[in-house]
Parts: sequence; C-alpha cells; structure tokens
Amino acid sequence: MSNIPEGLRYTETHEWIKDLGNGEYMMGLTFYAQEQMGEIVMVEFPGIQDFTSGDILGTLEAVKTAEDFYAPFNCKVARVNDGLEDEPALINESSYEKGWLIVVKTDDPSGFAGLKSAEEYSEFIGE
Amino acid sequence: MKTVFELSSPGRMGVSLPELDVPAAPDLPAGLSRGSEGKTGLPEATEGQVLRHYVNLSTMNHHVDKGMYPLGSCTMKYNPKLHENLARIRGLSGIHPLVPPALAAGSLELMYRLGEFLCEITGFEGVSLQPAAGAQGEFCGLMLIKSYHESRGEPNRNEILMPDSAHGTNPATATLADCIVVGVESNEFGLVDPDDLRRKVGPNTAAFMLTNPNTLGLFESRIEELTSIVHEAGGLNYMDGANMNALLGIAKPGEMGFDVCHLNLHKTFSTPHGGGGPGSGPVACIEELAAFLPDPAVILEDDGGYKLCRKQNSFGRLLAFHANTGVLYKAYAYIRTLGAAGLREVSEIALINANYLKAKLGDYFDNPFDNGPCMHEFVLSGDRQAEQGVKTLDIAKRLLDYGFHAPTVYFPLIVHEALMIEPTETESLEDLDSFIEAMISIAEEAEEKPYLVTDAPVNTPVLRLDEVKAVKDLCIVEPVRSVGQAPGEGENL
Amino acid sequence: MSRFVPNGPAQREKMLRAIGAAKFEDLLEPVPEKFRLKEKLQLPEPLSEFELTCEFEEFARKNTGADLVCFMGAGAYDHFIPAAADHILLRSEFYTAYTPYQAEVSQGTLQAIFEYQTMIARLTGMDMANASMYDGASAAAEACLMAMRITRKQKILVAGSLNPGWLEVIRTYLKRDDFEISEIPYLDDGTLDLAIASELIKDGAAAAILVQYPNYFGLIEDLQPVADLIHEHKGLFIVAADPVALPLLRSPGDAGADIVAGEGQSMGIPMSYGGPYIGFMAARMKLARKMPGRIIGRTTDRAGQTGYVLTLQTREQHIRRNKATSNICSNQALMALANVIYLSLMGEKGFREISSQCYHKSHYLEKKLLEIPGVSRIFGNTPFFREFAISFPVSSIELRDRMIEHGFLAGIPVVELGEGAMLVTVTEKRTRDEIDRYIGAAAQVCRGGSA
Repeated sequence: MSNIPEGLRYTETHEWIKDLGNGEYMMGLTFYAQEQMGEIVMVEFPGIQDFTSGDILGTLEAVKTAEDFYAPFNCKVARVNDGLEDEPALINESSYEKGWLIVVKTDDPSGFAGLKSAEEYSEFIGE
Repeated sequence: MKTVFELSSPGRMGVSLPELDVPAAPDLPAGLSRGSEGKTGLPEATEGQVLRHYVNLSTMNHHVDKGMYPLGSCTMKYNPKLHENLARIRGLSGIHPLVPPALAAGSLELMYRLGEFLCEITGFEGVSLQPAAGAQGEFCGLMLIKSYHESRGEPNRNEILMPDSAHGTNPATATLADCIVVGVESNEFGLVDPDDLRRKVGPNTAAFMLTNPNTLGLFESRIEELTSIVHEAGGLNYMDGANMNALLGIAKPGEMGFDVCHLNLHKTFSTPHGGGGPGSGPVACIEELAAFLPDPAVILEDDGGYKLCRKQNSFGRLLAFHANTGVLYKAYAYIRTLGAAGLREVSEIALINANYLKAKLGDYFDNPFDNGPCMHEFVLSGDRQAEQGVKTLDIAKRLLDYGFHAPTVYFPLIVHEALMIEPTETESLEDLDSFIEAMISIAEEAEEKPYLVTDAPVNTPVLRLDEVKAVKDLCIVEPVRSVGQAPGEGENL
Repeated sequence: MSRFVPNGPAQREKMLRAIGAAKFEDLLEPVPEKFRLKEKLQLPEPLSEFELTCEFEEFARKNTGADLVCFMGAGAYDHFIPAAADHILLRSEFYTAYTPYQAEVSQGTLQAIFEYQTMIARLTGMDMANASMYDGASAAAEACLMAMRITRKQKILVAGSLNPGWLEVIRTYLKRDDFEISEIPYLDDGTLDLAIASELIKDGAAAAILVQYPNYFGLIEDLQPVADLIHEHKGLFIVAADPVALPLLRSPGDAGADIVAGEGQSMGIPMSYGGPYIGFMAARMKLARKMPGRIIGRTTDRAGQTGYVLTLQTREQHIRRNKATSNICSNQALMALANVIYLSLMGEKGFREISSQCYHKSHYLEKKLLEIPGVSRIFGNTPFFREFAISFPVSSIELRDRMIEHGFLAGIPVVELGEGAMLVTVTEKRTRDEIDRYIGAAAQVCRGGSA
C-alpha cells in the first residue's frame, strides 16, 4: 500500500500538490511514482517563468528511466528545491517533505481544486 | 583490470617507424602549437604489452563464437570467417573513396549488385546503401517520405504513427526528422489495432512506421488493412526491417503495402556487430521515392561501367562518403554464399528454432501473446517469477552464469518483465536444448532457491555492477596521474 | 543445407513435432496466403567459399585505384596501420559481440571503450568523450544539434572552409524550416573572416560556430579569437578536429572549444572505399548530459571490484524515445577499438612522430612543387598540416588523370579555387622516393600542358 497523505491533491502524472496559502502551491513526486522509478539521480528544474497547464516543468532521472513533471495548472514558478541538485535521492527518502520539487504561484485556485483527492489518486493507481 | 594507461612507462614504444627522410620544415608558429612539451597523454607501452592487455580484456566478453546470444531483435547469428578475409583484400580495403569511379570499378560493381539483391529481397525498386546503421536508415526513410509530401505540396504532413511496441529509435528518429509521434495501440493479440489506426490517421499523417514481424515476434496478419488505411489517408508506410530475418524468401515488404524499409545488414545479413557497431542500414523504396534517395547512388551505364551519381531530387547526404562499404562487402558475400534457397532456409530455420523454444518454455514462463506460431522471436513475461521476488533482470543475470547471453529484457514496453528471445537459425538443436534446460533450471531456482537468481551472476568476470554509482559518481575518463601516484589522486586534464 | 545452418531434416522434423506443427508451412499461418512468396527469389546461384574468394579477388583487381600511390585526402587518409592492430580486431571476443548491454559479460568491450573515451578526451584537450558516432561528418552534425539543444538557439555559423561533404551532412541533419545555417567566408589566406563572423553573430542568435581544424584546405586556424567571439555572444564553440594533427597543434580544449567532433579513420582504420569509419565527439564535462550516443562509465560491482557499464543512459533513444538526445543506437564500436589499439601502439612518442612526419613531408612536397614553373600557392604563407591547396598551370582534372598514368593519385581537384587548383595530401607513408617521383611526373605534365 502506497503512502498517499490526505489533504494533498494529486495529478495523473503522479505529482502531489499542497496549498501553502497566498496563492502558493508546493509540488513533488508521489511516493508511488518514486518507488516505480527507483533511485532518482538527477533533477532538471525549470527557470523561474510562466507555464501553462500541461507544460513540462522539468525532468527527473533515475538510472533506466526519465520522467518529466508537468504544470498542474497555469502558474509561475516561485522557487525550486535547490537541495535536490546535490541530493536528488531525497525524493525517494522523503517524497512528501524534504524531497519537494518546486513551489508555483497562481491567482486562480480553480486549477488546484480540480485535481484528484487522495482517495481518487489511490483508485487511479489501482490500490 | 588495470587500464592501458597504467602499463605506461616513459620511453616504451609499440611501433617502429622509419626515420624522417625529407628535410624538416620550419616549426609551427608558437601560438598554434601544442609545444614541444605538449603531451597528448597517450600511454607508452610495448607491442607485447598492448596485445596482452587487449587479449586479456577480450576474454571478459561473451560473444557469438563462444555461446548462444539469444538477444531479441538483434539477430545474433554466426558471422562467417571468410567474410572478414574478403573485406580485408587490399584492393578493396586500401582504396580511397574519392578516386575516379573507373578506378574503383570492383567496389562499385559489388555495391550495385548488392543493391539489386536487396531490392529483390524486399520487393522494392530503389535503394541506397549509404545509411551507417538502422537508425540512420530510419532517418533516411523519413527524409524520403518528407521530401515526397513536400514535392506534392503537402509539407504539413508531419505526424509519424507508430505502435506502442516500437523500438526506441523509431520515435527518436521521428523527432530528428522534425516530426511528431502519434502512438497507435496494440490489441489483445499484440497486433496493431486497425480501428485505432483509423482513428489516428488524418491530413497530417506523414507515415506509419511499423516493424513487421513486430517487436513481439508476431506477424501483423492484417497488414494489408493497416497499410491501406494509411494510403487512403494520403500517408506512406515505413517498415523497420530489424526483423527481416523472419521473411527472407518468405514474403516481401514491397508487396504488403510498404513504401520504404531499411535493412540491418548487421542483423539479417550476418555482418558482425563489433561490440555495438559498425552496422549498415540500407534503405529500399518504391519508384516514387527513389528520386529523393541520398547522394550518391551507384549507376550502371550503357557501356557496362559503374558510376556514382546524385539523384535528381536527393534530400542530401548522411555520411561524408558512400557508406560503411566494408560492411557491404560482407553482406554481399553472405547473399552470394546462400543464394535464394539458402536465404529461405535461414528464415525457415529461424522460425522453427524460435517456435521450438517457445513451445518448450511455455510451461515455465508466462507468454502473454501466445495465440499461435511466432516468427523468428517471441516475448515471455517474468511475471510469474516476479511474484517470487525474482525479476526479469535477475533471470537475465542468472543466464550469464549458465554460459548464455541474456535475452533482450524489459522490451517491448507493452509486456511486463519482458524477456525477448531470438535464437537465430545458426543455433543447433543441441544448443537450443541446453538453453531450454538452463531456463527451466532458473525457473525452478526462482521458486526453490530464489537467492541463487537474485545474487546472480557469480561466474562472470565481475559481479553485478552498481549502475546508480556509475551515474552519481560519474567517471567517464581515466584521470591523469603521474607515475607512482595512487588511483584517484590525479586530476582531470 | 548451408554451412551455417546446423538443423537438418532430422532435427527439423523433431522440432516441428515438439511445436505441434505437421510441416514448416504451418508456422506461416499468420502470414496471409497472398503475401507468401510462391517463387524463389531471383538471385544468382550460390557460390562455394573458393568461388566466392575468386570473385572477390576479381573485384579487387578491378579496383585499380588501390595500386596507385595515394596523395588524396579530404577526409580519408592513407596512414600506416601496425600489424598488431588487426590481430585484436579479428578476435571473435570483440567483433562477434553485441552492444555491451549485459555489463558482467562485456567488460572487454566496455573497458576498451572507456580507454578510447579517455584518449579522445586527452587528444582534444576536453573533459570527456562519447563511445563514437558514425563518421566525422555526422558527428559534426550531431554536435550542431547538441549546441542548439543546449543554447535553445536555432542558428549555426559554419566556417566556409569546412569540408563540403561534411557541410552537406550537416545540412541534411539540420533540414528544418526553423533552423538556419550561415556560412562564414574565408579570407584570401584561407582562414576564417573574423570581421564577417563578428557581423553575423551580432544578433545573438547563433547557437554555435563550427570551425574545422585544420580546415578543408589543410590550413591551421587560430581558434582562440573565434572562441572568444562566440562565447561573448552566449554560443558554443564547435571544433571539427583532425586527431592526427593534434599532437602538434594547440588542443581545441585549450583554445576554448566546448564540443569537438571529428573523424577517426586516420587512427588505424583502412580507407575501404569510404567506410566503416568513426566519428568522435568530446565535450566539456558540464555538457555530458546533453551528449548523443553511448557513454561508458566506471563503477564497482557487489564485491567492490572495479568494472564498467553504459551510463547516463537516460539520454538515449531506448529510454527517452522521442525526447532522446539522438536516434543513434548502433555506433562504430569496433572502429573505436581500432582507434584505441592504434593509439596504444603508437603511444605518446609514436603518434607525435606520425603527426610530425605528415607535417614535414607535406611541406617538402609543397616546397618542391613550387619550384615547377607556373605552380603557385593559393593561400600564401598560412601554416598547413598534411594537406595543402596548390595551383598548377594545367587543369587539375587533367593533371589528376595524367598522373594516374604515372602511378599516382595526385590529389583532389578543387575547381572552385581555380582551374588548376588541387588539394594534395602527404601522409607519413609517402617515402621521399615517391614524393620525388610525384614531383618529376607533375613537372612533366605541367610542361606538356603548357607547351
């Protein structure tokens, strides 16, 4: 059984999103997805710029897989988790805490509200 | 093992060169020169040391002449020894590519005839021998297709349809050719779903790219329907010929509605793989595409001479010179040795060998697409073993302990824990039986003593290697160190 | 039954029984009847080993160009290959192996290529190199694509003195509406026109400048100012280098190159009418993840022993598919092995000696040719290596044809430089006697031509 915390929102591309308030949202890779990928060895971050829902924000690489992560809604990147550049495996060790990827900003909360709940995500990955 | 750099000691030489026999010219200006002290960092070792080093390294390789190499989609068949000698005949190996064609009449005649053979085998009219490998053949094919659409005033056609089971080079080539990949789903039989293809074709369809037999080793039985759907939508059909070893003298891509295909001479036509290359990926095509073939093409003139010429609307060149000519020599030799009956026999036995393995292994491993005969290869799933905690990767590694190379693993992507097995026609029944025994034995180990499989390999020159460390602590060149310095103390140049 | 197929009628019958098929045709059930060939392929009757050897000897005899003394170059060169090299290349362990996917049984290939990568990096003065590309031209084209990916710019500036065949390959690989290639002309002395380059680069749109070193005419460019110029405009510097020149020349890495691509045929690979050759590609370490092609890395096994694996594989087509850095899969691995054995045998001193003899012998020939009345330099005193463009008082095409009668492949006519212009190459293999005879023959043709 995967670790899927309540209170977060989820995407079909396996990102989790947390509402930080003030229009800021933190996102990362779900426990389930990091387990599928194996040890993450590199993270490529986006620039601090605007993205449209579905745009590729950056890339995560394990040894035999590479997965992009996507903008869950129209947003601007506010900051990235610099710590991952030296220690990308934090995504595996602490996918919902120290392994967060980026924080994005948006004025429109509807995108966030439309994402999957923990229960829906759990169903989506077949658990 | 030590690296060749660690054999180095100042003053040692591995060659003897004649003295300079002309007066020396003035030195290069200092700003352009590496300087008299400018080292290149090459090792200094004797001929004997160098030979011993590489001979010792060679013994750490598995290879076709040592044992079975059932690597799916790679067609690891026996490489005839004669062909190595033929390609080394001085008149063929010692000739500059830019000599006037009349001075290279032998090479040109061979190339011309090889082109004709490949057209006959594939059922096409035009051919280019230039592509250096399968992936470059794919690029060549897509460039032909794009040129064709542009010539018809349809430059918008930029979508390449391909099944989800496609080899990775197919989508990568589409990107290189500035096209967009559109995935087509496979049905429950592991074949392209014609309905999905029908949904995906449209006014932007440039081509449908298909490997046939497909990467599951299955012949696309509805091929006529598939190629017609694409033609009706104004697109063309490209066959990835990686699996042509199944079809020699049995069927021709040109008759199934394909418009262009590449061949892998280093698979089907027995030229050696060389540890990853050189290959050769000639492209054959219908008449309508031939005008766009890359430069140069070999032409037979009325006087019986051969020349190199540029096709009227050639899309360009792929290599500085004509082709991986030395590889062409070997493929020509193979076709001349076997003739029509011999080539047909290749495919017949390749099919029998593969179906025999499939039948014998069926009780021990899952086969998700076992709906009748396979062609020259088949794909098993290690799902049953995975339940015991033994993954396909472990099975692959355990096979190394038994003296076999592993099958292709985790491909195609549509099969869980995939094991893609291609025995080729050059394996004897006795060797196939030994492989079957090894596979059955591993299946039993997976149930009874799984650690034997998950700890594998143990009988190889090195144990399982840490690929995560290889990426994280990236070391892709030998650091420079002075004599007497311990490994790791040096710095990069 | 051919000599390659061990399963004869007895085995086939046994196997078909095990499969549950009555006859071979039952296995063709998935192939629609209408596509099954009814007729045999129209191919010539098979030949025995002996007959085939005779046929090949006949092909070889028809290649009369192989018997002539070779002064041709332009990307393929007649260099000496030590006998020991082929003994390694003919080891089944190397040439009948596939790509080293199963590292535990491929350490021979993997370590040899790791050593190859190291030698290429050291020769070019770069941090790292990949495991090979198809040839120098396609490597240069891939270097351009790589620079465009890294800089996210879509324009490449190419020195007009680049080998024209290579430029054609680059044009093919970059054939897209949104990509642009501009040529930077060369000056009267044959080197890059920096003033025009500065103009062309002003808009900041160039992903890279590509300069050949030595250039197509054998001339040695001063790389540093070009490096400074492109770096100032946030582009990358690509050098297409000839490895045989590098023991003598300032290394491209030292002069500021970001990517170095080139042709490795000169290092232990026969000319073989155009291939197989090998492209090499080296770069700064920070660009390694953007590189096309395979890369071998060192690691350890479960017992802590050193070993080698394919690494940074997420760049490649089998993982990244349409987002891969290139579509390349098969490369020229055996040719990389030829390079690494050649360079190991030559070593520090031997390779420098080869380089130096090419330099001195080509200068000797040029100097002597200039003594023939009517022969003149095309690019003045510009330093050159192994290859030079020279103007004869007769048509260079005629000269080439007449020199064949004297037993020489005299060079490559470059009519765009003038009717008498010829590109002439002298490798270390050319003896003083051959060079002197060449001069004599050329003098005779020139006299005849001007008479």
